[in-house]
Amino acid sequence: MTRYVIVGTGVTGVAAISTLRTLERSAEITVVGDDPHGFYSRPGLAYYLNDEIPEKQLTIFSKEDWKRLNIRYVRGFATHLNPQNHQLEIGSAGNLTYDRLLLATGSTAVPLNISGWNLQGVVKLDDFNDAHRIITLARRARTAIVVGGGIIAVELVEGLLARGLKVHYFLRGDRYWPNVLDEAESRLLEHRLADEGVILHFHTEAAEVLGKRGKVVGIRTTKGETIRCEIVAVGIGVKPRMELAKTAGLATERGILADETLQTSDPDIFAAGDVSQVHDPLSGQSFIDTLWHPARVKGKVAALNMTGRRSIYYRKVAVNVLRLAGVMTTIIGAVGSGVDDDIVSVARGSSETWHQLPHTITLESSTDVNHVRLMIGEQTLLGAMVMGEQKLSLPLQDIISPKMDITPVRHLLQPGAPLGQILMDFWSKIRM
Amino acid sequence: MGIQLSLSNESQRREVLATGHVVPEQARCVQCGICSFNCPLGIDVRRHAWLGEPIDDSHCLTCGECVRRCPRGVLSFERTELFKKGDE
Repeated sequence: MTRYVIVGTGVTGVAAISTLRTLERSAEITVVGDDPHGFYSRPGLAYYLNDEIPEKQLTIFSKEDWKRLNIRYVRGFATHLNPQNHQLEIGSAGNLTYDRLLLATGSTAVPLNISGWNLQGVVKLDDFNDAHRIITLARRARTAIVVGGGIIAVELVEGLLARGLKVHYFLRGDRYWPNVLDEAESRLLEHRLADEGVILHFHTEAAEVLGKRGKVVGIRTTKGETIRCEIVAVGIGVKPRMELAKTAGLATERGILADETLQTSDPDIFAAGDVSQVHDPLSGQSFIDTLWHPARVKGKVAALNMTGRRSIYYRKVAVNVLRLAGVMTTIIGAVGSGVDDDIVSVARGSSETWHQLPHTITLESSTDVNHVRLMIGEQTLLGAMVMGEQKLSLPLQDIISPKMDITPVRHLLQPGAPLGQILMDFWSKIRM
Repeated sequence: MGIQLSLSNESQRREVLATGHVVPEQARCVQCGICSFNCPLGIDVRRHAWLGEPIDDSHCLTCGECVRRCPRGVLSFERTELFKKGDE
C-alpha cells in the first residue's frame, strides 16, 4: 500500500488529501501540520480582523469532515527531509516514512529588516495566531503604523481602523501598489483611505522601531521624524517556506521548482501552493502565485500525479476579487508592470503574472468610483481592472480567462465608446 | 409611468425570486464564511461554494443576503430551468 505524506494543512494540503482519499479509499495518508488551528480561511482573516465575522466562522471543515477523510494527523514541525531513504523528521514526534510526499508548506511574512523588528507590538497577518495577537494588542493601543503594500497592508490598515485605532500608513514611493494599479486607481483608493481617517505618508520609510521595556512605543523614519504608536503592522510580502526542500537538496529558486505535474527535482516529492514555483508549459516560464483557488487546484493536480495518474497543471489567468478601502475590485490577468518598492518579495493574494504586461493598448472608463481598465492585445483582452460597480467583472473573466478572440468588437473599443454595453453585448452573444 | 415601472420591476424581481437560485463561482471563493454567517436561515452557503454547487437547499428564500454580503463577488442569481414559462 502506498504511503502518502502531506506537509501542510492549508487549502493545498486539504485539496490533495481530499483527492487522494477519493482515488484511493484504503491508502495510508498522513498529514503533518504545525498550525494549531488546522484548516481555515486564511484570506478570511481580514474579515475577522475588521470584526465582520466571528473567529469560529473561519473554520471550514467539521470534525465529521475530517473523520470522513480518514487520515493520520501529526501535529508538528517537519524539521528534516531525507529523500534518499524517504524519511521525514518531525521533531520530537519522530520519523515518517513516505512513498510519495507533498510539500504544501505555504509562505510566511517577510520580517521588517530594521532595528526593533522583534519588539512586542510588531505584527504581521499570516495566520490565526497573528490575527488574535493584533486584536488583543488593539484593545490597549491607540495608534498603529502600517508598513508595506499590496492587499495585506490595506487589510491591516482597515482592520486596525475598525478596531478603533488611529492609523498611519507608510508608503515608500508616491503611490499605492504601483505595479498593479495605474495612477488613477491608486489615487482612488488612497482618497478612500484618507476619507476613512487614515493618515498616509508618502516617500516614507521606517528606519527603526522604538521600544521601551520590550514593547513598541514608536517609529523613527529615515527622514528622522518620530511617530508614537503601540503597534507596527507589517505587510511587505511573503516568502515561500522552502527550508525543508533546500536542506534536502531539492531544486529551488524563488520557490520550490516544480514541473507542470507539480513534481520536484525528486520524482517522489511534489510541491504545490504558495511554496511552489511552477513551470508553465505554454510560456516556458515558471511562476509563483499566492492565490487561494490556484493553490487548491495545484493540490488536486499534485495528488493525481502522486497516485500515478498523469495530470498537467495549466496556469489559468490569475483572478482575484477583493474589497480594497471599501471598493470592490476585480483584477484579471496582466494589468501592470515594474516593481512595488513597498513589497520586498511576493505579495500575498497576488500573482507574478499580474506584472507581466506586454505592449498593449490601454482603455479606461471612469465615472465617480466606478472604473474599468482594459488591456487590449492583438486579438484578445490580456487583462482588466474593475473597480466599484462589478457588473462587468464576471463577463470580463469569461472573456479573458479562455483568451477569447475579440476581433468582432475590438475596433469598437475606442476612447469614449460605451465599453460596458459593448462588452455586455459581446458576452451575451458568446454565451448563447 | 413611474408606478408602472416600479410595478414592472417588482414583478420581475418576484419572478427571479420564484424561479431562480443562488450559484457560486468557485474560482473566486476563499471560504471566508461571510455568506453562511449572514444567511437568515442558517444555510451553509459556503459549503455549496466549496463544492461548486448551486444553493439548492429547499429552505433558501433567495433573499439575496449572501449575494449582497459576499466580499468577493462569488455568488449571483441565476434563473433555473425548472419552472420555465410554457411548462406550467
